[in-house]
Amino acid sequence: MAQQLLNAIFIGSIYALFAVGYTLVFGVLDVLNLAHSAVFMLGAVITYSLVALHGVPFLPAAVIAVLVCGLLGLLIEFVALRPLRRRNAPPISALISTIGLALIFVAIVEQATPSSFFHWLWQDGANSVRFPSNAVPNPTFHVLGLTIEGTKLLILITTVVLMLVLGYVIRFTQLGRALRAVAENRRAATLLGIQVDRIFASTLFLSSALGGLAGLLFGLAISDISPYIGRDQVELKGLAVIVLGGMGSIPGAVLGGYLLGMIEVLAFVRFGSNIEAGVAFAALFLVLVLRPQGLFGARLRERL
Amino acid sequence: MDFFIQLFTDPVGFYNQHELLIAQIGINAILAISLFVTFYSGQLTLANAGFMAIGAYTTVILSLYLPTPLPVNMLIGVLLAGLVGVIVGLPVLRLRGVFLAIATIGFVEALRLGVILNVPITGEGQGLKNPTADPLGGIVPILISLPVLAYLAWRLTRTRLGQAWAAIREDELAASSNGINVPLYKMIAFVIGAVIAGYAGALETHINFFVDPGEYGVARTIQILTFAVVGGTTNVFGPVVGAVFLTALPEIVRQFASYRDVVNGIILILVIIFRPQGIVGRGGLALIRPRWLPAGRSARERPASAH
Repeated sequence: MAQQLLNAIFIGSIYALFAVGYTLVFGVLDVLNLAHSAVFMLGAVITYSLVALHGVPFLPAAVIAVLVCGLLGLLIEFVALRPLRRRNAPPISALISTIGLALIFVAIVEQATPSSFFHWLWQDGANSVRFPSNAVPNPTFHVLGLTIEGTKLLILITTVVLMLVLGYVIRFTQLGRALRAVAENRRAATLLGIQVDRIFASTLFLSSALGGLAGLLFGLAISDISPYIGRDQVELKGLAVIVLGGMGSIPGAVLGGYLLGMIEVLAFVRFGSNIEAGVAFAALFLVLVLRPQGLFGARLRERL
Repeated sequence: MDFFIQLFTDPVGFYNQHELLIAQIGINAILAISLFVTFYSGQLTLANAGFMAIGAYTTVILSLYLPTPLPVNMLIGVLLAGLVGVIVGLPVLRLRGVFLAIATIGFVEALRLGVILNVPITGEGQGLKNPTADPLGGIVPILISLPVLAYLAWRLTRTRLGQAWAAIREDELAASSNGINVPLYKMIAFVIGAVIAGYAGALETHINFFVDPGEYGVARTIQILTFAVVGGTTNVFGPVVGAVFLTALPEIVRQFASYRDVVNGIILILVIIFRPQGIVGRGGLALIRPRWLPAGRSARERPASAH
């Protein structure tokens, strides 16, 4: 049981990292970016291809993958979001256009074979691959009868450090103040001389870099890598997380991530693996219906 | 090109060769109509795949265990989809916009992962074999149902009901202050959508020998949404055209068949940016003004036409 709870913390870290990016975009732009899960998947895929196909050591590969994912965030902003803002389209349109991008990203990876145009990115089509185990040292620790793998510990440490950094950036830096101002009131922020478009682009970069990082950590330590890890493993669970935490709230997303990890593990222990998969959505559904402002309510209502 | 040449010179041969494609187009068009109904009333609900599953599973399970004739089984499946629509709609329809979309996605996945994969009678992850499957006979009811449903939906949008939906879509507050019972009309749209989706699910089991739980996930709903958005939702013909176009496209352009999702994604983005009214629908392309260009006539008119 203690081992299960520990696993809940590791998977919860992934959910938190992924959902923070999701919720950041929703908080600042008022848009649900459904391409976020595809970026998550690409984070894992790019790291894998750099390490396994191009022989890059893990750490530089991870840095490159995170940066590329950030750039993909800019692509999302410029292709799918900015043209719609120019036209004052309803927020639902942005949701649909990001679905379009997600379809494209997933299909490109899914169709990539050694002979295709994207052979340098991915060669295994719709199959899943395991991250090369010799790429990263993975010492196993035994503490109090618990088994802790080094790579999973890495997830936890990375998540905690990044959340603290992110919290600092948002509270105390110029960029963070601008982000909060835009999230609070876009028009007022414009009048105050904040370059709103630039803030949106930074938000997408930051969010997608976090999403890509979550993906590569997930592929490194939790699961095999396939074109569908984003869509099947985290996209909807990420939605459940940000709904649990209150849409647009970063602390809410972090708490929600760990909470979902716990709920899933408890459901698994109590009812078995079949129920576990449905629990996230049942929770999502119930919270939206009974408590749309999120579980933690008014105290975390202030956005970001 | 051969595709069109055969369609016009040898329609019978075309029909025989592409029966399954035609049946799939019909199913997809009916599904697109089911999404259109709720979309027309201004609600983005993504529960269609769930209602489809209810229609499909109920029909097949009844065929497996009861001696009742197939149409009765289908009817029960459709009614059950409508009933679940009422039960789900009551809490969910209080939500708006993105939240409504998310809640309905939650319903689809909770149904699939939580119920269908855990109740032995549904065959769990294995799916169910359909004893009454008849791919060639199944196509006839599809081809009859599609025009009938399209016609009914089109008539419906012309009645007081349809006008109420349009009013709610344009401005919910104004609609309710004009005496329109907004929750009731939203519920009617949602349940009609559920019934049509359940019917499409029941029909689809005819042409497949198999009911596969993987078919009824969010990916399916997203596909249906793509049909409706690309075709356009100003009237019922948009979603039908979208479904026909996007289902037939991989057959027409065989080179890109394996990249169909890339093509679909690109079309979806182009349509939502440059032609938000869809392929069917009035007006030309929506032009996006670069920042350096002075605001033209259409840009200055926008605030007035927003209401």
